[in-house]
Amino acid sequence: MIRQNWWKIICVVLLVYTFVAGFLGAVPAKPILNETIRNLYFHVAMWFSMMILFIISLIYSIKYLRTNNHVFDIYALEYAKGGIVFGSLGVLTGSIWARWTWGAFWSSDPKQLGAVIALLIYFAYLVLRNSMTDMDKRARIGAVYNIFAFAMLFPTIWIIPRMVESLHPGGMGNPALDTHDIDARMRVVFWPGAVPGWTLLGVWITTLRIRLSLLEEKRNH
Amino acid sequence: MGEPEGTVWKGLFWMMQLFICVNAVAKSFLQEGKGRLLYFYTIAGSRDFILSKLLFNALLMLLMSMVSMGLFVLMLGDPMPNPFSFVLISCLGGVSLSLVFTFLAAIAARAQQSAALMAILGFPLVIPQLLLLSRISTIAFEEVIQGGLASMILLLSGLDVMIVALALILFPFLWKD
Repeated sequence: MIRQNWWKIICVVLLVYTFVAGFLGAVPAKPILNETIRNLYFHVAMWFSMMILFIISLIYSIKYLRTNNHVFDIYALEYAKGGIVFGSLGVLTGSIWARWTWGAFWSSDPKQLGAVIALLIYFAYLVLRNSMTDMDKRARIGAVYNIFAFAMLFPTIWIIPRMVESLHPGGMGNPALDTHDIDARMRVVFWPGAVPGWTLLGVWITTLRIRLSLLEEKRNH
Repeated sequence: MGEPEGTVWKGLFWMMQLFICVNAVAKSFLQEGKGRLLYFYTIAGSRDFILSKLLFNALLMLLMSMVSMGLFVLMLGDPMPNPFSFVLISCLGGVSLSLVFTFLAAIAARAQQSAALMAILGFPLVIPQLLLLSRISTIAFEEVIQGGLASMILLLSGLDVMIVALALILFPFLWKD
């Protein structure tokens, strides 16, 4: 499945569609946001990809704990790394967006802080794994911490930023993706194009890394 | 030497609590010798073990919170118009912090690293709790009614329950060593 080409071609097509339609398509004219609303296709879609990659990593961690199959541990690690990459890109695109709409790259906004903290928690996962040399122990403890870290995602980036005042859409109880801000023209690019496109890209990068890890292991034995 | 005003007092207090918690829990968990852990493994189930550790550290933190609060009031003055609610908040806060650090100490003990690893793992994880706690403690310092107070306390308690549940479910896997 991961060697097949069809979904990779779909990924490229969707991303090209996203870029072209994203930059050339029509967008609603909102005050302050103006043209920056196009960042929706990048910033928000990347966060969706990150969540999907972390969920996949979580599933493989749980699978590892149930079966002790080493391959699942490799999958869980690489998907977590993929999620970290997309999360970092999400923070980067978010701060670029903030520069043009809020005036500064970083304004210590609760959502920004929550996102960085969530990423720090996953970086700590990588640190934890590197601190152990025994493979089985590393896999098991890593899986346990991965589940814990995923559970902590929800308070840090979903619940707390919504409860406090924030510049970011989503403060004071609004949903993070306000359905009144985007219209049908954007939705037709976002949902079929941007979200699957970035997610498939993340999966593609991750599966390449997984194949590399498996080959290395085979060579070492 | 003046006494610091409310927000500074509060900030200092929670920073202190954080470090107290890290040290208290690290000492209680990481100084167990291998032999003793093996003994515990044979006489008690893993769930009982982690539950007892969680309870013990929570009680220890309660005691430490009271002591540190007393010392703070003694040395830095008492700017709270609402001391009783602050006592309750610091109890809740101390217990919440200790739950997270106990679970992390369990993980770090398995990794055979010192308290340094536990601290690295722990600081990002407790930041949401510290944020919630400092918002909740403003009610003890000001007379204003804090909007959404009940939901914040509920959220903190919910977070604690989630951590305990996760610890109970996941600790048996750590214990297999």
